[in-house]
Amino acid sequence: MTTLIEYMQYPFVRYALVVGVLIALCSSLLGVTLVLKRFSFIGDGLSHVAFGAMALASVLDLTDNLILVLPVTVLCAVLLLRGGQRVRIKGDAAIAMISVGALAFGYLLMNVFSKSSNLSGDVCSTLFGSTSILTLKAKDVYLCIALSVAVMLIFVLFYNRIFAVTFDEAFSRSAGVNAEGYNLLIAVIIACVIVLAMQLVGSLLISALVIFPAMSAMRLFKSFRSVTVCAAVVSVACALIGMVASILAGTPVGSTIVAVDVLAFALCALGGRISGRTA
Amino acid sequence: MALIEAKHLSLGYDRQSIVEDLSFRVEAGDYLCIVGENGSGKTTLMKTLLRLIEPLRGSIVLGDGLRRNEIGYLPQQTVVQRDFPASVREIVISGCQGRSRLFYTAKDKALAEENMRRMGILDLKNRCYRELSGGQQQRVLLARALCATRKVLLLDEPVAGLDPVVTAEMYDLIAELNREGVTIIMISHDLDEAIACCTHILHIGKSAFFGTKEQYLNSDIGRRFLAPEGGATA
Repeated sequence: MTTLIEYMQYPFVRYALVVGVLIALCSSLLGVTLVLKRFSFIGDGLSHVAFGAMALASVLDLTDNLILVLPVTVLCAVLLLRGGQRVRIKGDAAIAMISVGALAFGYLLMNVFSKSSNLSGDVCSTLFGSTSILTLKAKDVYLCIALSVAVMLIFVLFYNRIFAVTFDEAFSRSAGVNAEGYNLLIAVIIACVIVLAMQLVGSLLISALVIFPAMSAMRLFKSFRSVTVCAAVVSVACALIGMVASILAGTPVGSTIVAVDVLAFALCALGGRISGRTA
Repeated sequence: MALIEAKHLSLGYDRQSIVEDLSFRVEAGDYLCIVGENGSGKTTLMKTLLRLIEPLRGSIVLGDGLRRNEIGYLPQQTVVQRDFPASVREIVISGCQGRSRLFYTAKDKALAEENMRRMGILDLKNRCYRELSGGQQQRVLLARALCATRKVLLLDEPVAGLDPVVTAEMYDLIAELNREGVTIIMISHDLDEAIACCTHILHIGKSAFFGTKEQYLNSDIGRRFLAPEGGATA
């Protein structure tokens, strides 16, 4: 406990905790919708796209990676989520293609054009998040807070619509609701969250932040509202526990958080089983 | 003026037409049953009436002050819905989404309550949708559709996958709504039961027919279509 208090003296530790909690919150809110829409793998696909874009940005020597990474990821998200029924290549195959394609090109670019002496270290830290969350500057934290607040505001404002469109798109459209527009909105938000989350857990493990809290909550609760709230609580708790554990034990941040998420899912599944049997 | 009038409609996807030159009219209080073989375009017609897809040619005119978002729709169930964690209340009130702003008002909540009572599912309102039986789920979706309209219901195979007892209950419920003044347009597979309550029939396929139930039963196409189904005219 005293070590923890000691660590809290450092601003970078406080930054990391704030950013981690916010990202965990945002990704879990969207996670419920994405899992229910059968888009669980979108997080994985988009994060690889972000990885590819990040590689390109570092090759081009851009001072701020986000200028390139954010628009590219948003564009891919829109293409993947919007396509829906009408495209030739179906959902899961399209995600898989974009995902591995971007990963391959990203690594290729980094290899051919890299100026860094520690290439595998760079790649590893982009894929697994590593320590970049502990090197955040105040500017990054403010950006993250602003984006998270925007995501949460949009989610709360459009909560009823997001539920309706997720449950039954055809009915929503028949009632005159612009379902395509809401799909687009969800796509743009998820892309932003993923680009942010890359700093926390890296591009290989982002899916975990999207999927696990939603799945855990669905084991326990039965209405959309309670599932959403529970997912948010589980996600934030796991992120906090994971980060504190990784600081104390010196383990990698991203994989520790995901390990806690997996553990929480196992507990929820068990809890759901037990309460289901008694009910 | 008719509530819904379709003039020389051609329907289909990607410029591929499935149905050509279809005309019919639905008056307030009618109970129209749409029949036809699999793949003849029944669901496509319904989606076109709802403007989920645009007709290739022809027009659909809404009369009697009917607005596009005042049509209640009961779609076929999707895979997504089967294990969706949502309470009955949440689903029924989402029928108000066409009228309300971003948040539901007290009036919307009262309407949802009323329609749940009407469908006999008020005691299920906090239950989880995926744990209900097939018939209960259809009642939930019907209550949702009623939140969207007081005038017209479009039902796409409302009894698909239900057992005979529940099917009969469902048809009674729909007939009751029709007696209360709700116009019904329904796609159905099992003809005998569906035809028992309806007033008009639209048969689409290679040869099309539109008219009252009596005209249909006396027409060649009607006799041919009904005969193998269980000998309604035998």
